[in-house]
Amino acid sequence: MIPAGYFLLLSIILFVLGIIAFFVKRDLITQFMAVEIMLNAANLAFIALAKSHHFVDAQVIVFFIITVAAAEAAIGLAIILLIFRQKKSIKTEEMSSMKG
Amino acid sequence: MAIFLFFLLSTVCVGAVLGMIISKNQAYSALFLVLAFVCLGGLFGLLGAPFMAVVQIIIYAGAIMVLFIFVIMMINLRQGLSPEKKKWTIALSLVLALVLLLELILAAKGASLGQSPEGSVSPKEIGQLLFTKYLYPFEITSILIIAALVGAIVLVKKREKE
Repeated sequence: MIPAGYFLLLSIILFVLGIIAFFVKRDLITQFMAVEIMLNAANLAFIALAKSHHFVDAQVIVFFIITVAAAEAAIGLAIILLIFRQKKSIKTEEMSSMKG
Repeated sequence: MAIFLFFLLSTVCVGAVLGMIISKNQAYSALFLVLAFVCLGGLFGLLGAPFMAVVQIIIYAGAIMVLFIFVIMMINLRQGLSPEKKKWTIALSLVLALVLLLELILAAKGASLGQSPEGSVSPKEIGQLLFTKYLYPFEITSILIIAALVGAIVLVKKREKE
């Protein structure tokens, strides 16, 4: 039996790594991947706490989170493609103007 | 045994995320992320959530990351990966195939015995919750997915010249 604290610690480490990746990387796709890492860290914390509290509903909620993440990935990648078509670049520094 | 598996999976997971941060090539970043998500699936399995483990691997490591790789392929900012074959890839793929074979044999053995680990939540319980207590959120999710699908298609569609 593994204590839930270990899983929580791993989840915290993953979340912080996701934040670091988000700020270190300079292109939209990798930053988007960093967001996915953070979502997954949250899911891990959810399931670890559900296990220690014997709360089955949390798994249903994680299921919804994964569904929303899939929808978000589809829309986000479509927007990234659109930006690439207009600016021929996905570097974040080159996106300083508000109007497309 | 479980604690050993936990440390193995969490080390590989954190290592894969670090690799994703360090690697310059976006395609490699995406593949590192697939590895991290598969490890997270394994961790979900350790936590007694086999359904979530399978969903994690099918949706995240399968669907979402394939979407990412498609977009990276379409954007193609740098030169593609070098086509030359290295010697160690063959050895590595053989080792991975062997591991998969052993794993499948073990899984088949476990399935024929028909026992599930202690304290795990079966897909049946999740399904019952999903279609009774969480019925409305579940239905709304389908609307969300349709909206995302239509939105993505409309966004990316090339407009006719006016």
